[in-house]
Amino acid sequence: MNSVVKGTGYILVHTPDMVIHNGTTQTTERVVNPESEYLKELPSHLRSFQDVLAYWPNQTYIGNVTPAQLAEQGTSWVDMKCSVTDRHGKYGEIMPQAEFLLLMQICDCFDVVKLEKAFVAEHKAAIAEHPLFDEEMVGRLNEGVEISEIEHLVNEEHAEGLYHNNKLVGCVKRAHDIDVNLSAHVMHENLVSKASSVLALLHAVKNAGIDKSEVEYVIDCCEEACGDMNQRGGGNFAKAAAEIAGLPNATGSDTRGFCAGPAHAIVEAASLVKAGTYKTVIVTAGGCTAKLGMNGKDHVKKGLPILEDMLGGFAVVISQNDGVNPEIDLSILGRHTVGTGSAPQAVIGSLVADPLARAGLKITDIDKYSPEMQNPDITKPAGAGDVPLANYKMIAALAVKNGDLDKKAMPEFLTKHGLVGWAPTQGHIPSGVPFIGPARDEMLAGELNTAMIIGKGSLFLGRMTNLFDGVSFVIRKNSGEVEEGGVSTEKVKKLIAESFRQFAATLAVDDE
Amino acid sequence: MGMLEGKKAIIIGDRDGIPGPAIAECVKTAGAEVVFSSTECFV
Repeated sequence: MNSVVKGTGYILVHTPDMVIHNGTTQTTERVVNPESEYLKELPSHLRSFQDVLAYWPNQTYIGNVTPAQLAEQGTSWVDMKCSVTDRHGKYGEIMPQAEFLLLMQICDCFDVVKLEKAFVAEHKAAIAEHPLFDEEMVGRLNEGVEISEIEHLVNEEHAEGLYHNNKLVGCVKRAHDIDVNLSAHVMHENLVSKASSVLALLHAVKNAGIDKSEVEYVIDCCEEACGDMNQRGGGNFAKAAAEIAGLPNATGSDTRGFCAGPAHAIVEAASLVKAGTYKTVIVTAGGCTAKLGMNGKDHVKKGLPILEDMLGGFAVVISQNDGVNPEIDLSILGRHTVGTGSAPQAVIGSLVADPLARAGLKITDIDKYSPEMQNPDITKPAGAGDVPLANYKMIAALAVKNGDLDKKAMPEFLTKHGLVGWAPTQGHIPSGVPFIGPARDEMLAGELNTAMIIGKGSLFLGRMTNLFDGVSFVIRKNSGEVEEGGVSTEKVKKLIAESFRQFAATLAVDDE
Repeated sequence: MGMLEGKKAIIIGDRDGIPGPAIAECVKTAGAEVVFSSTECFV
């Protein structure tokens, strides 16, 4: 039977200081143009924690606002204040920077994260009071070191500084003197990814209502690589995060595919559960420091706040069919193959039109499409347009071409089958998966029957191929059939027939 | 003769617009020589 989406976790972390110190747009600018006006102006464009709580797309991401409610507000929310400003939401939370730096230290297993004593003392109560951090996690927090030690490590030992309110409060040390794969920069990037993945995992487990011991496998699908000089992408962020999240019976592995990673990982997880290999699998990913402030130059130029100040994370719990939760239908799979080509029409054809045609369905038969859900507030001022809308226009155009839709009905199709984007531009984070949580809710409420999740990946950025990539799958409202504990009706019939045969044989022996 | 005959083309495609290989195919038919083509991602 199909697997089901048992629960989801969606988290954001507000990291304004990491925008300045770790986003590649800024680090590159500091190298090539250290006196630039952009770098001077940038700090005055950073948002406060209160600002990011009051931002409509952020509240949508953590589940306090539905995608439909977001769409009712229009397609630009930068000048608006959301009616909900809670830190905690139905799917997760928006964590402030200071707490996250402490969470990074909790997630550090090699004593590379050093935080200043006073900074730890100021914020450790928030960690202790966090509803999802158990004693073991809180116990991993150490009391910190003197600032002089941190300054020495940053100034003399190539450590990556950790800043809060533009003040040095800690650092991430290099984990090897020579190996660039274990440099402070890489360790910082990987620990950020791991810590945000842990937070997403904890929320997903809670939201799915399962015991931590039930999780048998975790698949990490972020876009970072961990390893040393002898195995640069050795990996297993998944198991590393599962350890800190306290999932004792889980093992795991990493799946990569740029922004298509999450969709690949969910297809794999759904297959593992459907095959009976594992009963409960979680697909998880943490956020990406490199992309913070990626389009910052355009935002500053246009007088906008830096909107790429949030790390994103998500986790999806996939388990055996319970007859209630939405099913992942593996009979309708879209895939961009080696021979597909890179033209937008070919890409969407392979991911949307072709799998539906194979299943005897029309493009209009799917209620909602979730392609790349980037927030247009971020992409439009940077000249990248409204990415979800561009995807919907291409899907609608193919529907017209295939005779599934009248050309005049295209505008209506965009609203009826589309969504506005609300996810931060964190690469893999907006790629199809942000809608899984809301889709599950809508399907459980009987408001939605089918949703297609589409992941697309820019493989060419790795310079190994010029190919594009993508994969898609369909989630549908549960049909109501329940898993029969591994014994099918056919098997039961066979067992009864066998018993009768044995009984008849016994009678025959008695007659003799 | 194509409108780009004898020209050399440097192509920066956009992952969310027209990707490099698609532009390359177009300009080649117009007679240009593609000396560099890549696709970038800003999301």
